Amino acid sequence: MDLTFITQHYPLYVKAAVLTVVTGTIGIVLSAIVGLICALTRYYKIPVLRTITVIYTELSRNTPLIVQLFFLYFGLPKAGIVLSSEACGIIGLTFLGGSYMSESILSGFQSIKKAQIESAESLGLTRGQIMRYVVFPRAAAAAMPAVSANIIFLLKETSVFSAVALADLMYIAKDLIGMYSSTTESLLMLVIAYLIIILPISLLCSVLERRLRRGGA
Amino acid sequence: MEGLKIVFEGNNFLRLLSGLWVTIRIALISIGFSLILGSLLGAAMRMKSKAVRAVCRAYLEIVRIMPQLVWLFIVFFGIVRTLGINLSGETSAIIVFTIWGTAEMGDLIRGGFESVPVHQYESSTSLGLTKFQAYIYVIFPQAIRLLIPNIINLSTRMIKTTALVSLIGVTEVLKVGKQIIDANRFEAPNAALWVYGTIFVMYFAVCFPLSMLSTAIEKKQKKLSA
Amino acid sequence: MAETIIEVKNLHKQFGDNVILKDISISVEKGEVIVLIGPSGCGKSTFLRCLNGLEPIQGGSVTLHGEPVLYGKKSLTKIRQHIGMVFQSYDLFPHMTIAQNIALAPLKVQKRDKKEVEEETLKLLDRVGLAGKADSYPNELSGGQKQRAAIVRSLIIHPDIILLDEITAALDPEMVHEVLKVVLDLAKSGTTMMIVTHEMAFAKAVADRVIFLDGGEIVEEGTPDEFFDAPKTERAKQFLKTFTYSD
Repeated sequence: MDLTFITQHYPLYVKAAVLTVVTGTIGIVLSAIVGLICALTRYYKIPVLRTITVIYTELSRNTPLIVQLFFLYFGLPKAGIVLSSEACGIIGLTFLGGSYMSESILSGFQSIKKAQIESAESLGLTRGQIMRYVVFPRAAAAAMPAVSANIIFLLKETSVFSAVALADLMYIAKDLIGMYSSTTESLLMLVIAYLIIILPISLLCSVLERRLRRGGA
Repeated sequence: MEGLKIVFEGNNFLRLLSGLWVTIRIALISIGFSLILGSLLGAAMRMKSKAVRAVCRAYLEIVRIMPQLVWLFIVFFGIVRTLGINLSGETSAIIVFTIWGTAEMGDLIRGGFESVPVHQYESSTSLGLTKFQAYIYVIFPQAIRLLIPNIINLSTRMIKTTALVSLIGVTEVLKVGKQIIDANRFEAPNAALWVYGTIFVMYFAVCFPLSMLSTAIEKKQKKLSA
Repeated sequence: MAETIIEVKNLHKQFGDNVILKDISISVEKGEVIVLIGPSGCGKSTFLRCLNGLEPIQGGSVTLHGEPVLYGKKSLTKIRQHIGMVFQSYDLFPHMTIAQNIALAPLKVQKRDKKEVEEETLKLLDRVGLAGKADSYPNELSGGQKQRAAIVRSLIIHPDIILLDEITAALDPEMVHEVLKVVLDLAKSGTTMMIVTHEMAFAKAVADRVIFLDGGEIVEEGTPDEFFDAPKTERAKQFLKTFTYSD
């Protein structure tokens, strides 16, 4: 173990980790928004939009992120659309994550029994009020475990960003492995960096899940 | 459109297909191993021993916490260099995807068995069935019915994830695609759009039917249990 | 002349080609308790759901104080504040406490004063024997307690009529009594109700008028004494027989 190598190069990892977290967070937030919109169009069975959503979901779920990214980064410029590595990463992650989020959120909505909505209706609540007081809080609690699994899944998927030249953690690790023979040190820092990013979020998600479960069910 | 022509020129399309086969082969071999090892893991996770269960749980969490690409790096660069064993990218990939697949498969199988209610087991033994018979006739058929769609979904996930092997130097469909693009840089400058578009469609053509199949099975079962 | 609360005229209801209710006419006067009985699948529950606009009807009309109850219309949310409904599966909202469940409609729909609603909630909970359960969550309550809370939830909007749809059908036998006692108490205090039930002794005790539905139509109608002791029609006799153990 070469400690000087580690002390020399860890700032590179910090910078890359920040990039991973920032692009990942933006992508995940956008995924949740896209997912919510898609879930609503499917829950309310809005014509046309719903068909588009279904086609999008299938395309997104049945292709690998790396292939989506290659198409965005290397393919699209040939059609005149040039995107930066960061933009590609975020768009790709959103394209992938939107469908996963949509499935989770939709099944949250669908978990609410019809009788719940009917009893809210018979109390005289309007559609908007039913959504706000009955459907949303219940759906959020029901969808939470799946949504947090998605968040962690998407965070891990950001590791593919290096394929489109985004200087993320994988990129730095590969660079250092290529340049020096300090493979063990480079990989160790890579693992630690990912642990620092993913572990707290994974713990936070399980705490949140437990709290939500206590409130309802 | 000359880009699209490139895709079908000569044996280019065939080369792409054989590139795709490289990743699918890795996936299939790993799925096979994962099924066997995952069944063992699943069984171990249902043992009474707390220690065994804790070890299994730890294995599962450790495998899951890291991105698969990190595992590929660890095995391909790390193990190869530190232990001095020369593993090809493909072998490394099979090792990594088997380790990962075993963890996921084990968890699925555990869940499948747990989802069969205890009273099913109790009522079959009270009919005079032995423990073994209860498993063969009552528990297995129900657990497997629940498991099949999940196993198909996991397989689809594994096929998609094997696309990562291009990043550890395996010549698969994305690499072949790049070779074709590079070779035709001057005749078809926009080849990248069409080649990567084709690869996108190829993956979809493989994964979509699998997803449909698992959804169809799930729907059928819901009808049965309703 | 008593005041008419709900007026049903020639109601016709079908699912696809399957006719559920045909040509039903009933009017409910203020303070009246009507019990609907009949074999399973005779359309009793569907009838209640039509009264509340939960189901579209294909013919005839339902009016509350002369205002039409129309399925899917905006005016419905306003009309529903005058119709309380309690379901078989006591659908309290599991993410809210009992007090929050009860206060939801008066606060959000009727925009009443928070303090006043709180006071009434406690008063009503006390009346049904649930004092001290205001801050519990539904899953901490027994089935009978949940159903009593659901009754309070519909009482607090001061409806002109309460529809009770087999509210004891999902309960354990020992809890049936405590719920029915609450309903009897409401009947005594003059609450207008329309009740679907399979509890014959309760029906006899609570009803001012019994309506016997079979095959989607009203077969017989009368006071509980008339109906239970001297049914006029053969179908009613057959039906009542199934509730005794002689043959």
